Parts: sequence; C-alpha cells; structure tokens
Amino acid sequence: MAALPPYASTPERIWYYAFRVICAAVFFFLIFPLMVIVPLSFNAVPFFTFTTEMLAFDPAGYSTKWYMDFFTNLNWQGAVWNSFVIAFFATILSASLGTLAALGLSRPSMPYRTLIMSILISPMIVPLIISAAGMYFFYSRVGLQGTHLGVILAHAALGTPFVVITVTATLVGFDNNLIRAANSLGASPARTFFTVIVPLITPGVISGALFAFITSFDEVVVVLFVGSFEQRTIPWQMFSGIREQISPTILAVATLLTLVSMLMLFALELLRRRTERLRGIKNT
Amino acid sequence: MQNSAADAIVTADGKPLKVSLAKALRRQRMFALALVAPLFIFVAISFIIPIADMLFRSVENGIVEEILPQTVKALESWDETSGELPDEAVYAAMVADLKVARKERTNTKVGQRLNYERSGMSSLFRGAGRKASRIKEPPYKEQLIKTDKDWGKVVTWQVIKQFSPNLTPGYYLAAVDAMQTPEGDIRFEDSEKAIHTKLFIRTMIMSVVITLMTLLLGFPIAYLIATQPAKIGNLLIILVLLPFWTSLLVRTTSWIALLQQQGVINDILVFVGIISEDGRLAMIHNATGSVIAMTHILLPFMVLPLYSVMKTVPPTYMRAATSLGAHPWPAFWKVYFPNTVPGIGAGAILVFILAIGYYITPELVGGTSGTFISNRIAFHIQNSLNWGLAAALGAVLLAIVLVFYLLYDKIVGIDNMKLG
Repeated sequence: MAALPPYASTPERIWYYAFRVICAAVFFFLIFPLMVIVPLSFNAVPFFTFTTEMLAFDPAGYSTKWYMDFFTNLNWQGAVWNSFVIAFFATILSASLGTLAALGLSRPSMPYRTLIMSILISPMIVPLIISAAGMYFFYSRVGLQGTHLGVILAHAALGTPFVVITVTATLVGFDNNLIRAANSLGASPARTFFTVIVPLITPGVISGALFAFITSFDEVVVVLFVGSFEQRTIPWQMFSGIREQISPTILAVATLLTLVSMLMLFALELLRRRTERLRGIKNT
Repeated sequence: MQNSAADAIVTADGKPLKVSLAKALRRQRMFALALVAPLFIFVAISFIIPIADMLFRSVENGIVEEILPQTVKALESWDETSGELPDEAVYAAMVADLKVARKERTNTKVGQRLNYERSGMSSLFRGAGRKASRIKEPPYKEQLIKTDKDWGKVVTWQVIKQFSPNLTPGYYLAAVDAMQTPEGDIRFEDSEKAIHTKLFIRTMIMSVVITLMTLLLGFPIAYLIATQPAKIGNLLIILVLLPFWTSLLVRTTSWIALLQQQGVINDILVFVGIISEDGRLAMIHNATGSVIAMTHILLPFMVLPLYSVMKTVPPTYMRAATSLGAHPWPAFWKVYFPNTVPGIGAGAILVFILAIGYYITPELVGGTSGTFISNRIAFHIQNSLNWGLAAALGAVLLAIVLVFYLLYDKIVGIDNMKLG
C-alpha cells in the first residue's frame, strides 16, 4: 500500500482511496474526542455543550472562568498537590526496586525466571477492581487505608511491572562484551556499573519511570478505595465531579491533562531515539 | 567432556574444577536472586498478600461461632434433617448468647451475616437482642418463640447450623446465583433472579463486542501505519499514542460531552436534520455508551501489537503473490493476513482482559444496562457491605482473567510484552 503504481486498475484505485478514507475516519474517531473538549472548556455557561454564542464565535460565549476555578479552588489545588506527591514517591519506589529486579532477571544465571517474572508482572494483569478490593480490605486491617503511605505503596506496586518490562527490554540488546572490556581494562565492578551499565540503561529506567508516574497519576480505582478525601488526586476529584455535579472545570482539567500527556509522549519519543542511537540500532 | 576427565582438572587453589564451577554458578544465582528479592518482597506484601487475604474472605465465616459460641456447640447434637425443633438446651444457649451479644452490640452483625442467606434474619436478631434479655428463667424455648414466631421455625435453626462452620461455600454459591438448601442440596435461582450469572454473561458479551470493534477499527490503521514509509508511519503512530497516554478520565469525560442528550453528536444530528429535537438519541448511560467509550479507550491496545507484528511482514510477500498472478484480495487474505494472526491474538486477548475488569468507564457512562461485574463488586464493597460476596465475585473474575492471561502467555509470552 506504499504508493499507487501507474498500472493500477480502476477497482484498485477506488479501493486505494476508499481505504484511506476509512483510515482517516478511524483516526478521526481516535483524536476527535480529545480535541472536542478544548473549545468546550472555554464555555461561558456551566454546560458540556456548544452554545449558539460559541458557534457564532461571539467572544461573550467564551470564558476562562473554569480555568480560574481550577487554579483557585482548594479542592482542585489539594488534588494537584496530592497527585504529584503520591506519583513522585510511588515512582521513586517502583523505579528503584524495578530496575534492580530487572538487572537480576536479565542475568543468564537467574533461576525460576518465568515464574518470578509472572509474579512481578501480576499487578498489571489483575483487574484493577480486584487489586483495589484486596488492598482496601488488607490496608484497612493494618491501618494503611486512608493514608498517603497506603496510596503510595499501592501505586508503587501497580507501577513496578512497567519498570521491570521496559528495563528488561533495554537489557535485551545489551552487549556483555562491554562489561568484559571494562573489566579487562582494569575497571572495578562498581566503576563498570556506574560508567558502562548505568548510561546504557538510563533511557529504559526513565521511560519505565515515566510509565510508573503516569500509572499513578492516572490511577483512580485504587485511590477511590485505598484513599479518602485527604488523599484525593486529580482523577479522584474528576470522578466524583462527574458523578455529583458536572462543571466545565472538569473539562478545563481534562484539557490541561491532555497537554501534559502530549509532553510525556514527546519526552518518551526523545528517549526512544536516544536508546536506538546509543545501541547503534538503525530505525528500520 | 567425560566426567573422569573433568574431575581430574584442578583449579589453582587445588579444588576440582567441577566443584569450583558449581560454587561459582551458585554464587551467581544467589546474586541474581538477591537483586530481585527486594521487589519480590515488596510486591508480595503490598499486592499478593492483600489479594490472598481477599480470596480468604470469600470463604471465611467465623462470625456465627464468634458471636453465638454456646448455640453453635449446642446445635451440634441436633439433627437438622429431622424436621423437629431443637431442644430446650439450644434455646437456653441462644438466650445466653444473645444476652452477651446485646451487651457487645454484635447481635445485629450476626443477623446481617445470616440475612445474606435468608432474608428476615437481620430483623429477627435485631429484635431478639432486646427481647432475650427479658427472659430470666426457663422454659427458654417457649418464651423465645413467643417473642418472635420465627424462632419456632425449623428453617431458622437450619440456617444457623448450616452457617456455623468457620469456612463456607455460601459466598461462591451466591456468586453463581445458587444456594445451599437447609437439607444440603445446591439449588440454583430461577433464571430471571440470577443477577450475577446474567452480569457475568453480559460482561463477557460486551467485552467480546468491544474486542471485535477494536479489531475492526484497529486492523486497517495498523496496516496503513505499517506499510507507510517510516517518516509518515511515525507521525501516524503518534495519533494512536496520544489517546493511549491521555488520562482515562479525560477520555471518559469527552465521551460524556459527545454522547449525552444535549451533547455534541446529538446537536450535530439535530442540526443536520437526521433526528428531530425530541428524538435525541440516548447514547449514554446504557450499554451503547459503555461500548463506544471503551472501544475508543482500548483501541490503542489493539493497534500497537498489530502494528508491531505487521511491521515484521516483508512487503515482498505481497508483491511475490501478485506477480505470481494472485488478485490483490486473495493475495492479502492468503498471504498477508495469516502472517498477522499472532498480532490479532495478542491484541484481542489484551483488549479482552482489560475490558472484562473495567470499572471506571462503565460506572460513569454505563447507566444500569451497561455496567460490568466490576461495578457489582464495588457496589458490594461500598454500599451493601457484603464483603464476602464481593470477594467471591472478585475471585471468579480473577479466575477468568487468569485463564486468558495464561493463553496470552502461551501465544505471546509475557517476556515479549512491549509497551508504547
């Protein structure tokens, strides 16, 4: 389907363009919902709909008051603070433990590799409602329910599979001769680790950490159960906002979050290019 | 290498090579394990134990024996199949237990527990706490029955005896809409009352529909992306990754804005004149809303595995097929398509696993006809407080997911799981 060859028959031509139209429609389906909330978030009236003033591009139909509300409302500001604090500590915990484990799992001498891997990955597979229920029961029993520590531990557990997977993937293409070369040149194991291994796995660790961060930042089911109002995160606040009183502030927050995810995507793409360059793999 | 030869070789410190090698290998294994250990312990404590604890809750039933110890003991000698009421000793034990329970305010708890098995038990025990304390002397049997005629029914005692052991299959039976009759037989609810089976089936059907929808929409664009030159392909894949990276709640919110009665799609349809102002479509708070929103949310999980498989299919295959005289369609269907089956398998199982346990989106846009089993589990945890039933429903859901996870492992291998 590269380009239409000059000898293509009429049905082939028709299909060629029809296929592109179908694909365009699917891409539209993917992207349109993300775009439609942007103008709606500047609505002057508290509804999720386009008003006639908005459609006429009348400035009176637009307003930034929902953004003002987001930046001044204490509920939302508390949620922003909680989101970042919880995601930050959860990421540190899962990134450090996950990287260590990935280093161990990638060693050829690792016993019971598949079994251990499937246990470590299980937080990603088990449906969130089950994880949330289990953690809710158990954390209430040990007094962690409704504490920041409880939510951080829960989110760290949910984030570790992503770190393990991305760092192991980085290590798959790892050339062990580099370590042998460093050793034969007289570097101590510690020096080899910090000057040879660390620079090579850093992109994997960072992208794993980004996954872990976004997992915690976006997560809502577990925080609904393990957390309480004191631990409300942005998704928590959005969830209760949608259920209780719909206000376009949610749309303003959604627009800002979409911007954040665009930045994240950009950062990951840069990391991916760096890994490929470092490992000398050409973009195929 | 022969054993005798290997034994003969000795390392510098005089040990046989085999021993030395085994020791070195063991040290390496221990080192690898030591690196994994911290995470393993962390996941075990923060995740595996809570799940195990929940699974235990689905069979745990200590409450009856804890609150009514004397009654449970006295009931041991009573034959529940005889059809006769227990003797005076059992009633005396019950009155004594109820007096203690009233002091500790636990009589409502045991009533609530037994009410899951037979309605009416909750009010029976709530009232009994106060009434039993007035019974000072025998005959207990006669006086207790006078306070509430339910005490004079054999079935009341059968239920108490049936649920006095510390472990119970009751929650699992309830999770599949069955119950144990006092005689010990398992009886299934009538099909219109079988809400959990119905909900499980609905969850499965909707997950299959969502999986098929994502396949239908995802296959063409994965094919387009895979066959484009790298530059355009990378640009197009960003269009898939952007929704993937966008918060779940953002996407759910957008669909509420789009699908609701006064929403964007209805507005457009009214404006174009396809529907009238009164004929606005109900596309949200029902199954349609759940399916549309979840198809959108899970579509990237289908496209990405498909794309990574399609990228490895050499374009020369199709050219070879057409140059050998195949029409484009048979060439695609017989040559290209079979090569993409691993991607379809991986994507489909991934989407299905994710869909079957979804909670947030059905909760917000599903109304009553579009909710999943997860919503029922959450309901039992937060509202009805029947935690045992919630745990049993969760265990059944977990078992279903694990089966598909093993399937995924067989087809794709968890080691090959790729992200973004």
